[in-house]
Amino acid sequence: MTTITFIHADNRSQTVEAEDGASIMLAALTHGVDGIVAECGGNAVCATCHVYVEEAWTTKLDPVTDDEDALLDGTAAERLPNSRLSCQIKVQPALAGLVVRIPDRQS
Amino acid sequence: MNPTGLSPHAGVAPAIPHLAIDPFSYGFFDDPYPAHQEMREAGPVVYLDAWNVYGVARYAEVYAVFNDPLTFCSSRGVGLSDFAKEKPWRPPSLILEADPPAHTRTRAVLSKVLSPAVMKRLRDGFMAAAEAKVDELVARGSFDAIPDLAEGYPLSVFPDALGLKAEGRDHLIPYASLVFNAFGPPNELRQQAIERSAPHQAYVMEQCQRDNLAPGGFGACIHAFSDSGEITPAEAPLLVRSLLSAGLDTTVYGIGAAVYCLARFPDQWERLRADPSLARNAFEEAVRFESPVQTFFRTTTRDVELGGVTIPEGEKILMFLGAANRDPRRWEQPDSYDITRKVSGHVGFGSGIHMCVGQLVARLEGEAVLTALARKVGSITMSGEPKRRYNNTLRGLESLPVTFTPA
Ligand code: HEM
Ligand code: FES
Repeated sequence: MTTITFIHADNRSQTVEAEDGASIMLAALTHGVDGIVAECGGNAVCATCHVYVEEAWTTKLDPVTDDEDALLDGTAAERLPNSRLSCQIKVQPALAGLVVRIPDRQS
Repeated sequence: MNPTGLSPHAGVAPAIPHLAIDPFSYGFFDDPYPAHQEMREAGPVVYLDAWNVYGVARYAEVYAVFNDPLTFCSSRGVGLSDFAKEKPWRPPSLILEADPPAHTRTRAVLSKVLSPAVMKRLRDGFMAAAEAKVDELVARGSFDAIPDLAEGYPLSVFPDALGLKAEGRDHLIPYASLVFNAFGPPNELRQQAIERSAPHQAYVMEQCQRDNLAPGGFGACIHAFSDSGEITPAEAPLLVRSLLSAGLDTTVYGIGAAVYCLARFPDQWERLRADPSLARNAFEEAVRFESPVQTFFRTTTRDVELGGVTIPEGEKILMFLGAANRDPRRWEQPDSYDITRKVSGHVGFGSGIHMCVGQLVARLEGEAVLTALARKVGSITMSGEPKRRYNNTLRGLESLPVTFTPA
């Protein structure tokens, strides 16, 4: 289990103990964190699992692949340098304490 | 061929339940739910003697088959016909009926043509067209929601988005219905569809040529990828064909399913009216609830263990998406239509590497129609008996007489 914190658009925060190996998207869905819609269920089609990763963490994640990059161009909320698709980030002990912000809309 | 040629007491391997259900019969289409339940309860894997195929109807096994494409391949056809044994009725699809690595390349092209960024550009036009269509229908009051809305709306946006010529578009729905009937077994639906296929096939092959596709549309975008070398000029028309096969009739059934749900469940309709921002999820939930695409096959590439039983190489497995989408092992109150349900993970658009590449187009259309309904319509009432349309793969209606009152 790895601790991940989600901060909603209204600044409310939720901290969950996420299962290692699953995606951040799935951690949000299974722990009742709203605002990550994940229409495609993690198959890298929809870009409705968009999050902003807190600056301190961006370099600790695997880099954005070309596919993710193309999808991020279509996010509903503004794409920022720290934008990621939460279905493409795997929960692992090295990410303990990771903080991500959820945009105000996904579609 | 009896795959469990053992007597029930012979070995330790659990016997696979053999069922007499024919999932391609009119009786099944009229009411598939008792048979879905029978299959789910019989075991994780069943054998359907009617067509000598394995079946999976529980969510976990359907998901597992979708997500192991090397074991459960698509290149031997995603219908009953095994391309290793039988000549396909048309040249196989370069995406749907392909495995990695061939699939990876063609899929990358269609993913770019139908990406979230492209949807942003289409959005306003699709929304405006839905408003115009719903205004027209509210003015008429009573009409048939299948031809006039479920077919009328996609026909008003999708062929233009593809870049098709105006003439001949009446071939589109018959062609798609043929494609989806052809995934089924050699029953009356499939045989009749193929017998009548020649003019529709001729139209579709002609429209897939570069010269017949308007600049800026999905079709022209696909051809442009042959200039940059991602695909060959010979592949481009066949990829355009995939959108003609899979892009129109599916959304007709999807929108039809959503309107049928809203007409049947007035409490959900009231919730949608009160908060039109639920439109997109209400459409998605209709795709789960009705599962317009009911089934697809895979073929095993090796002996494989699934759900505790061994399936030999070269066998067809039928996935019941509609049954998985209502599996009580996965869904709370699976038989209720709930527009606020967290519906992520349903398999109505498939799952894994073949998961619908056009799902964003489908959702955009569905959201556009349901948003316009929520804003402009006061009540939806059925004004006659709905009539079912029979297809070997698609589930939906032929006719849904309704009356709209203005909001
Ligand atoms: C409600 C509407 C729709 C439903 C329910 C639906 C359902 C599906 C399903 C279940 C699959 C998976 C097939 C498999 O795994 O063998 C699929 C694949 C596909 N769909 Fe859709 N679809 C819809 C709309 C569309 C639209 C609008 C388009 C095109 C614009 C489209 C194009 C495709 C294509 C090309 C594939 C093959 C993808 C691949 O093999 O990688 N579909 N669809
Ligand atoms: S869940 Fe669809 S792209 Fe992440």
